[in-house]
Amino acid sequence: MQRIGVFVCWCGSNIAATVDVKAVAEALKSEPGVVYSADYQYMCSQAGQDLIKEAVKEHNLTGIVVCSCSPRMHEATFRKTAAAAGLNPYMVEIANIREQCSWVHKDIPSGTEKAIILGKAAVAKVNLNTPLTPGESPVTKRALVIGGGIAGIQTALDIADAGFPVDIVEKNPTIGGKMAQLDKTFPTLDCAACILTPKMVDVAQNDKIRIFSYSEVSEIKGFVGNFDVTIRKKARYVKEDVCTGCGLCVEKCPQKKIPNEFNLGMDNRSAIYIPFAQAVPKVATIDAEACTMLKKGKCGLCSKVCTAGAIDYKQQDELISEKYGAIVVATGFNPISMEKFDEYAYSQSKDVITSLEFERLTNAAGPTAGKLLRPSDLKHPHTIVFVQCVGSRCASCAEKGKEYCSKICCMYTAKHAMLTRDKYPDTDVYVFYIDVRTPGKNFDEFYRRAVEEYGVHYIKGMVGKVTPEGDKLKVRASDLLNNKQLNIDADLVVLAAAIEPDKSARPLATMLTASMDTNDFFTEAHPKLRPVESPTAGVFLSGACQGPKDIPETVSQAGAAASKVIGLLAKDKLTGNPCVASSDELMCNGCSSCERVCPYGAISYIDKEFRMPDRTVAIRRVASVNPAVCQGCGACTVACPSGAMDLRGFASGQIMAEVDAICK
Amino acid sequence: MQVKEYKPLIVAFCCNWCSYAGADLAGNNRLSYPADVKIIRVPCSCRVNPMFVLRAFQRGADGVIICGCHPGDCHYTSGNYYTRRRMALLFSMLDYLGIERDRTRLEWVSAAEGAKFAATMNDFVEKVTALGENKRLEDLRCKK
Ligand SMILES: Cc1cc2nc3c(=O)[nH]c(=O)nc-3n(C[C@H](O)[C@H](O)[C@H](O)COP(=O)(O)OP(=O)(O)OC[C@H]3O[C@@H](n4cnc5c(N)ncnc54)[C@H](O)[C@@H]3O)c2cc1C
Ligand code: SF4
Ligand code: SF4
Ligand code: FES
Repeated sequence: MQRIGVFVCWCGSNIAATVDVKAVAEALKSEPGVVYSADYQYMCSQAGQDLIKEAVKEHNLTGIVVCSCSPRMHEATFRKTAAAAGLNPYMVEIANIREQCSWVHKDIPSGTEKAIILGKAAVAKVNLNTPLTPGESPVTKRALVIGGGIAGIQTALDIADAGFPVDIVEKNPTIGGKMAQLDKTFPTLDCAACILTPKMVDVAQNDKIRIFSYSEVSEIKGFVGNFDVTIRKKARYVKEDVCTGCGLCVEKCPQKKIPNEFNLGMDNRSAIYIPFAQAVPKVATIDAEACTMLKKGKCGLCSKVCTAGAIDYKQQDELISEKYGAIVVATGFNPISMEKFDEYAYSQSKDVITSLEFERLTNAAGPTAGKLLRPSDLKHPHTIVFVQCVGSRCASCAEKGKEYCSKICCMYTAKHAMLTRDKYPDTDVYVFYIDVRTPGKNFDEFYRRAVEEYGVHYIKGMVGKVTPEGDKLKVRASDLLNNKQLNIDADLVVLAAAIEPDKSARPLATMLTASMDTNDFFTEAHPKLRPVESPTAGVFLSGACQGPKDIPETVSQAGAAASKVIGLLAKDKLTGNPCVASSDELMCNGCSSCERVCPYGAISYIDKEFRMPDRTVAIRRVASVNPAVCQGCGACTVACPSGAMDLRGFASGQIMAEVDAICK
Repeated sequence: MQVKEYKPLIVAFCCNWCSYAGADLAGNNRLSYPADVKIIRVPCSCRVNPMFVLRAFQRGADGVIICGCHPGDCHYTSGNYYTRRRMALLFSMLDYLGIERDRTRLEWVSAAEGAKFAATMNDFVEKVTALGENKRLEDLRCKK
């Protein structure tokens, strides 16, 4: 049996004006377990708290009920008071007789009656309270960043800046992501390489940061503060620590007809390659599928010319295990495939290209050395048609496109149109759009400049069909504002393809038990208040893997994710919330109902040995809640069909006792 | 002869993050509703086991209302979606057992909606009062 003390607060006249506090204290005296009851003008004041502490000592109290203001106001205060008196802080319950009683009810009899009932409910609950101790777990002071685009780079730099070691895992041979492929960037039109490559060099030179390039995460176990991760370093057949990046092998390799993915297949590379001049790490990689030595055992030229002796045809994938306290997902995005959009003749004509291909075509390091030439005949195009929203905001074409707005296309199309007119004033530039969406600092001004200063023809309407005819592309489109059909003979058509999360994001989310939306973007723990955290504790989100984003937004989110990681890694121990779920192993039948509803992946299964009455040992699968991961929502307790799962601090028995007390 | 005015017994389950805070805000703004409403705090609306609702009716409650965050706003992201499905089923079963639809309610009340909280409670109490005392599921053995 508990020994409960009841403390009724007047809150000056806030409570005392409509609730007869003395009557409440008196009535609760005779409740089961109550051995002491008192009232005081301000319980939260020092004198009030001292009164509680003394009563705990004097009457050997094991539980406390404070009838006062909302627990959202002073629960923490009174828990501290209890702790100072030597009681477990979770032996305190609050009856909210101010916000939910005296302030909303007018007459004293009904207010007093209700306050007594709320007090009884709290007493009934405390009778079933048990001391709770928050679990503690150590924190591994190292972070893992998955994806080395601008998001991953920025997050890693910020974490390293705070003094914590960071590893970046990037699946491509170099970090940099999509930004490395861009030419100039809106809204300021500075060149992407000029602002990105110094950051890539910073990453390479930072002794707190390790880069695992050409690598993927293959297994993730553990939980916040204690993740065990296995990284697969794919064989690149070049010793990373030996290669100097001189590029002699690339020059000499006889296999030169491999489509160059960095330039989106618009030119070729050799079987051994360095993606671009400023790659980090600047190390060659052999494409095993293209190399004659690896396929047929013949050639070996690169090994002969490499003076450093870096080539190793026998290299194998390497598995690296490392512990991390926090994981940041920064896997970015990709433009969707244009194959299904036959109406734009993407697969029929080389002169129908995507916007990312346009970036490469205008980039000085691209396939045309920055000259805007049509891919088919390398002639200068005089009429260019840009089509926005190809596959975006397409509720009716869900099988090939996306329902959402890809957000960045309006701005980069304005950029492309403006830059074209700036460099080649003799070109006619048309942009077809559904809406022009340019919110953002200096964004609308940017778009207006494209229209007003550069004379880009913006036409509201969609392109219906593109037909290659001779060396022209016949573009049929509607002009909605003038209610006209347009026929344009274009030399180049540029499609602003919708963007989608990287294909590897879904299996990664499964490994992380992190949740995703129906479009495979990672979901945040709270859309407004916790936008850079995943609902899975210790997993953070950075960049376009969480939703379409431009670079300014990506970088701010990357910094925010880093600051959350730093906050986590700065702790030596994690103190959990003790009000977590736990299952009664004897009652659990291992049905998985709880596991399926838990939004945090806190529940796993263990094989447990049970001694049976006939002395045999049975092994059964039972649910086991990881208290470091459980957030205490209670969804599992209701899903459990066998009544095995319960929530500490809000146990079924406690809530039923409150119901009973109220209904008595 | 003086007839004692009928006062219904209402149990309200409020999630800690939105609706309980909404109820507190109703208090801060002194928006009154009948004292018949007694609130039980739960971490999330999804903590409310249908058993709790049944228990309340068994013990003589006249109405039970569950309040949670608006869809999409649940502190635990998806808790209120579970609640919505569970309660739809429970309420229609209770209706079948004779506990009228007006005696049960699920309402989304945000932490900023003090006025909505008070208005909801006023309306709910009015509806339950109109139905009068609930005897359907009451277990008289529970009453001394
Ligand atoms: C045509 C075009 C033009 C644009 N122009 C501009 C502009 O002018 N201004 C602007 O602000 N923004 C522009 N953007 C947007 C900009 O590209 C993005 O905001 C930015 O690249 C997002 O960075 P990120 O790091 O989130 O993603 P990404 O750049 O996609 O980087 C993700 C990285 O993660 C790696 N990765 C993915 N999955 C895994 C995995 N499972 N394991 C390991 N590594 C993985 C990828 O290889 C990649 O290196 C443009 C975009 C496009 C398509
Ligand atoms: S209480 Fe919620 S977070 Fe904890 S294990 Fe159950 S469902 Fe998961
Ligand atoms: S739902 Fe209940 S019985 Fe099923 S696995 Fe979870 S705890 Fe065990
Ligand atoms: S926290 Fe309010 S409904 Fe889940």
